[in-house]
Amino acid sequence: MQLHSKNGKVAGLVLGVILLLIVNFLSLVLGYTDLTIHTVIDAFTQFDGSNEHIIIQDVRLPRALIGTVVGASLAIAGALLQALTRNPLASPDILGFNAGASFFIVVALMLFSISSLQATTWIAFLGAMIAGLLVYFLGSVGRDGMTPIKMTLSGAAIAALFGSLTQGLLVMDESALDQMLFWMSGSVQGRKLDILLSVLPYIVIGVVIALTIATKINILTMGDDVAKGLGQRTGFVKLVTGIAIILLAGGSVAIAGPIGFIGIVVPHIVRTVVGNDYRWIIPYCAIVGGIFLVIADIGARYVLMPEEVPVGIMTALVGIPFFIYIARKGGK
Amino acid sequence: MKKYTSVRAFREKFSFLVDHKAFKYNVSFLLFLCFLFLLSAGMGEQYFSPWKVFNILLGNSDSFESMVVESFRMPRILISILVGISLAVAGAILQSILRNPLASPDVTGITGGASVAVVLFLALFSNDSNVLTVSIHWMPLAAFIGATIIAFLLYILAWKNGLSPFRLVLIGIGLWALTKALTNLFMILGPIVQASQANVWITGSVYGSNWNNVQILTPITIGLLIIAFIMTRHLNIQELGEDIALGLGTKIERQRFGLLLLSTALIGSAVAFAGGIGFVGLMAPHIARKLVGSSFGNLLPLSAIIGAILVLLADTIGRTLFLPIEVPAGVFTATIGAPYFIYLLYRQRNA
Repeated sequence: MQLHSKNGKVAGLVLGVILLLIVNFLSLVLGYTDLTIHTVIDAFTQFDGSNEHIIIQDVRLPRALIGTVVGASLAIAGALLQALTRNPLASPDILGFNAGASFFIVVALMLFSISSLQATTWIAFLGAMIAGLLVYFLGSVGRDGMTPIKMTLSGAAIAALFGSLTQGLLVMDESALDQMLFWMSGSVQGRKLDILLSVLPYIVIGVVIALTIATKINILTMGDDVAKGLGQRTGFVKLVTGIAIILLAGGSVAIAGPIGFIGIVVPHIVRTVVGNDYRWIIPYCAIVGGIFLVIADIGARYVLMPEEVPVGIMTALVGIPFFIYIARKGGK
Repeated sequence: MKKYTSVRAFREKFSFLVDHKAFKYNVSFLLFLCFLFLLSAGMGEQYFSPWKVFNILLGNSDSFESMVVESFRMPRILISILVGISLAVAGAILQSILRNPLASPDVTGITGGASVAVVLFLALFSNDSNVLTVSIHWMPLAAFIGATIIAFLLYILAWKNGLSPFRLVLIGIGLWALTKALTNLFMILGPIVQASQANVWITGSVYGSNWNNVQILTPITIGLLIIAFIMTRHLNIQELGEDIALGLGTKIERQRFGLLLLSTALIGSAVAFAGGIGFVGLMAPHIARKLVGSSFGNLLPLSAIIGAILVLLADTIGRTLFLPIEVPAGVFTATIGAPYFIYLLYRQRNA
């Protein structure tokens, strides 16, 4: 089902926003502590300090908002990466961003005993950025420039590098393992709104960049030669896109840890609905990504009740069959 | 000077060429391995010189010395060597069937499959007080089954009118991510004691080896190695590319399947006893290829020897350098291996 008319696309977007609001509301209601819709409304209109109200304001609300923001920015980052690398399988996790962030956090925690959430956020940012730059550099050196397979392999290599180093460090320190394990699987639980607020500016900048360069990306996806022929400064556009990706992916990994496969699944679904126009893909990705992650997070509460499954594991379990499907379809 | 000597036996039913250069490399690396073997057996809290170790092994020593060397250190050293050999040979075979120099047991998810199985094993067969309800000796079997399942999945999912190396790599990466997610899930659900136990194992360590393990692993490795050497001819033809191999009358799909099974068996047995010692399967064949070229008759033995040296070296450093802490061998292979991997990627830039 593909939407062709502009009105249809706008209507779809509006519908998406409504759906996003509904799942966000459901995220406030559903969970281990049973709440009614009525309590949720009360918690905001007549806050009385009861347990339920505190749960809603301090636990569920940040969780829902963080889920929305992280889902949206991961989906946009994935769409941009796929355009930039012309590789349908590119996404921040496959390209090693998450592994880089994990490694830097473990190093900070073990060698410098940095464990405040604020500092961790910045270190994750740094790690994702370094890994991303490394992968980009490795994937694009050479005569034939950046090819999809080279990019995917360098991503896997960097992920393997940081992954095994992280594992090695964790072996030597059991308490760090305990602290790290949940973060390393990606979770939107237990994060305070402050973290979201401190990273939000970067994510917003990333989204704004993504929206403004959408037309340029449309041209870029036609191939370097065509884009150059049309008078585009491809190097500059690629650089700006790269910055947007790092802001979005780094920001979300900093908030929620490595949550995988949203960056692959969502852009693909979106493309079947709105086609290949990035002016539409990017806003749709934001909405659908948010919906997807919030639903995954609600699901994560129920799978093994009363234990919580990190949402990153949920998205991986949904996303990997999808990944394999695309890999089968794409390769000759 | 002639570059090759031909060896013929059994009325010419058995014949092969010995490449002089490769032979020289093989012998010198083998000697180095022997030296390392003696050195490693002498190192630890009690130091013995290599010459002393040699004497101990011949039986000229008191019971304390022979106990330290023969009961404590020897099994571990032998397992390191066997594991190194298996991983290196498996890596060489994988790189050839996937036609990609960056393929390795880790990146294709096969090692990961074994890890999931181990974590699941620890989670399923423990009671509330974290005591295993079945013997720990079953853990290798679990690892082997896990590796095999992933290898089969890899093969089935990548099959579409034949097997393209490119698709194998991509799907391998997907499966690798899947195994990571599952491992994390089971580790989080289990208690922390198990998580750290499993983590040591996943990182790769030959810490708990005993003579029992050696007895099980030795025949498996030797058997698989013999099959590998018999199958090298096919590998040489496959290296020429799919079209040429087909033109020469090779049943390429069937051989690929056989070779994939063979490398899984090698990886599975290695992983079962030593966990996921990473990057050996990547590095050893590469170093060997650089020295003797890519003819598999020369490449496999040298890869095997280099693999053994790498793991033995990593384990020796791991258990002596930071005494009294033991650092798993996998940490060292990863710290050398990962930068090497990146260097390879960089080198490939014009390939």
